[in-house]
Amino acid sequence: MSLLELDDVKVHFPVKKGVFFDRTVGHVYAVDGISLSVEAGQTYGLVGESGCGKTTLGRAVLRLVDITSGEVVFDGTDLAKLPDEEMRQFRRRLQMVFQDPLGSLNPRQNIESILSEGMAAHGIGTDRADRREKIKAILARVGLPANSLSRYPHEFSGGQRQRIGIARALVLEPDVIICDEPVSALDVSIQAQVINLLEELQESLGLTYLVIAHDLAVVRHISDVIGVMYLGSLVEEAPSDALYAGPKHPYTRALMSAVPVPDPEVEDRRERILLQGDLPSPANPPAGCRFHTRCPWVQEKCALERPVLTDLGDGHKVACHFAAEIENGTIGLTRATGIEAVVGTDKSADVDAAEPVADKVPAAKVPAQKASVEDAVVVAKPVAVEDEVVVETPVAVEAPVAGKSVAEKPADVDTDADVAAENESDEAAAPEEEAVDKAVPEDKAVDKDKAVPEDKPASDEVADAAGTGAGGKTGSA
Amino acid sequence: MTTLTKRADKIDRLAELTQQTESTSGASLWREALRRLRNSKMAIIGAVVIGLFVVMAIVGPWVAPYSPTAQTWRGEVFANQGKFVGMRGENWFGLDHLGRDLFSRMLVGARQTLLVGVVSMLIGLVIGAVVGILSGAAATLGGKVGQRIDTVIMRITDLMLSLPSLLLAVSVAAVMGQSLTTVMIAVGVVQIPVFARLLRGSMLAQGGADYVLAAKALGIRKKRIVLTQILPNSLSPVIVQATLSLATAIIEAAALSYLGLGNPDPAIPEWGVMLSQAQRFFDNEPMMAAYPAVGIIITALGFTLLGEAMREALDPKLRG
Repeated sequence: MSLLELDDVKVHFPVKKGVFFDRTVGHVYAVDGISLSVEAGQTYGLVGESGCGKTTLGRAVLRLVDITSGEVVFDGTDLAKLPDEEMRQFRRRLQMVFQDPLGSLNPRQNIESILSEGMAAHGIGTDRADRREKIKAILARVGLPANSLSRYPHEFSGGQRQRIGIARALVLEPDVIICDEPVSALDVSIQAQVINLLEELQESLGLTYLVIAHDLAVVRHISDVIGVMYLGSLVEEAPSDALYAGPKHPYTRALMSAVPVPDPEVEDRRERILLQGDLPSPANPPAGCRFHTRCPWVQEKCALERPVLTDLGDGHKVACHFAAEIENGTIGLTRATGIEAVVGTDKSADVDAAEPVADKVPAAKVPAQKASVEDAVVVAKPVAVEDEVVVETPVAVEAPVAGKSVAEKPADVDTDADVAAENESDEAAAPEEEAVDKAVPEDKAVDKDKAVPEDKPASDEVADAAGTGAGGKTGSA
Repeated sequence: MTTLTKRADKIDRLAELTQQTESTSGASLWREALRRLRNSKMAIIGAVVIGLFVVMAIVGPWVAPYSPTAQTWRGEVFANQGKFVGMRGENWFGLDHLGRDLFSRMLVGARQTLLVGVVSMLIGLVIGAVVGILSGAAATLGGKVGQRIDTVIMRITDLMLSLPSLLLAVSVAAVMGQSLTTVMIAVGVVQIPVFARLLRGSMLAQGGADYVLAAKALGIRKKRIVLTQILPNSLSPVIVQATLSLATAIIEAAALSYLGLGNPDPAIPEWGVMLSQAQRFFDNEPMMAAYPAVGIIITALGFTLLGEAMREALDPKLRG
């Protein structure tokens, strides 16, 4: 029996309209049938792009949002059906760490007040002095000075604030902590500290974590099991290493292909799967497989039938009709996965249809050549082209995250990317897939190329334009 | 060796500095706002004006050289013939149409004016805040039923807001009859929807904040979430509005008195009543209207200045 078990949990938000009387005109299917289980002492990582419903799921477990249907069984009790007061008492055992460390702390309460509030609500500690002792012990545990008690949240740094958030959860001695993007608002250097702290606490206190994140490196580092979410449902679930070693769902493959490799040579040869289009609206999800509108291996069946999460052995569960076929290469690509996927030329959709997966040319190479050849501009150095285009994807941004957060790696991997990371804002660590989605304006960028004088290598232009297109949204590439 | 000592010194110095900053106890947001307020010229001018006004209201009746009601110089003023006595040594502001000392009447009248302003503001603030808290709490934490309650309350306040404030005050005063209490209540009632809406809106904005969600996740009871989490963070605009509405309350009270709905006892001086009485003699003795008018303007200005300064001091966006 797992400590926390979710069974077909759905959270649908009604969309209302009307001047005098609210009329429900539809639903946003934020979480649409998720089943998962978290073992005691384990860390379950939940990844997915922005808007896929992972935060909503985390909140649903704590009943911070209304659960439409399904069961959340915690230690044998179905939380979804608990009356309010009993749920309130259960909250002592299920705590949450929030994404925004400052926003989640009441600016008008000092630290002692913030930390003792929960204790008072659950009758922990006999009096003020007793609670203060407990709080001091916890503060020491999370690495905050004891004189923090009378200070206010705005007087702390980002990392310290997140420690306060963790301390607030810990004072209640919970069994499960749901970490909703616990480090995404922090500096890269602080991220590692906080993650190490979380791990340390798990070891010493036997905590169970449900970690929600979009940073693949972070999730890989701390999770035992990882679930990948897409548009309100799980598409793949597997033990951490198995998932990273062999992603089976097309979406996971695309995600993993975005993770940079801390080895320049491997990195150069890395094959990127770029997805077409944007995340569909959760108010109007596509029929059949949710991913079929963007899946590079899409088949007819996908639009008709919604695949269920099935175990392929060793706890590796995939919700894809053709996971096995894609794995052994019997199904070829039906959509482009190279840069044309985001450039969005009409032809590109069926150009690669016949191309087998196995001997696919590195994704970056194809589009770059194509773009320049079509524009009838001489490509000076095709090799350089490849390099340039790889830079176009904001890989450099995520690379250091991998290096750093996998806890204090020695400086020998200190590449340019690492240095860049120091300068990057938090924003820059935004999810890959988002950046990819937003790289759409390249359409225009390519057109612009036609006007470029012939003596200038057009490929560089493409790369530059693409770089700004992608980078403009993420921060600065 | 020297470099080593230097470094050691530096480290010691650093430790000392950090010790200093760490030993200071935390500065709450209210305290910081107060500090900013003290540095604001606008706030200081406003506070000085209000201070003078309050002092005048408190000690006025005792320091007034003459009784405000004694018609000592009745024989010297012939209002019906347009003969007035202006400023002079014994009567600094001159005499009114009944031969009463205007300076004394201004001093004594300040108390009534302050009373009307403060009491009517408090009526509006207290009732408005209660309504606002109810509505805001219902809307943020009350679920579907709460949202219904909130809608009903808000439609009622909308109704009140849609009436011109003076009309509303006049209707209240007309129903309740002529008295000072009437004026206070009438002016206060006008302020209720303003405070209610303001507080509710502010609470609604705070209700969606992460720390409220965190409080819920902690298992804090709803009542306590409203009182310790949402409310303290929603108060700043209400405090500012209270200061600003003191100014409007004084002006509206004066307007009601001017319309003849105020205190029927002409013996008790009040700036609004004085202004209304001076109207008849404006052609012959404009100064008689000027004193109470300028008094009201300066006082209202004082409250407005302080209110504006507080708005700036409490604005979280300006937090340094």
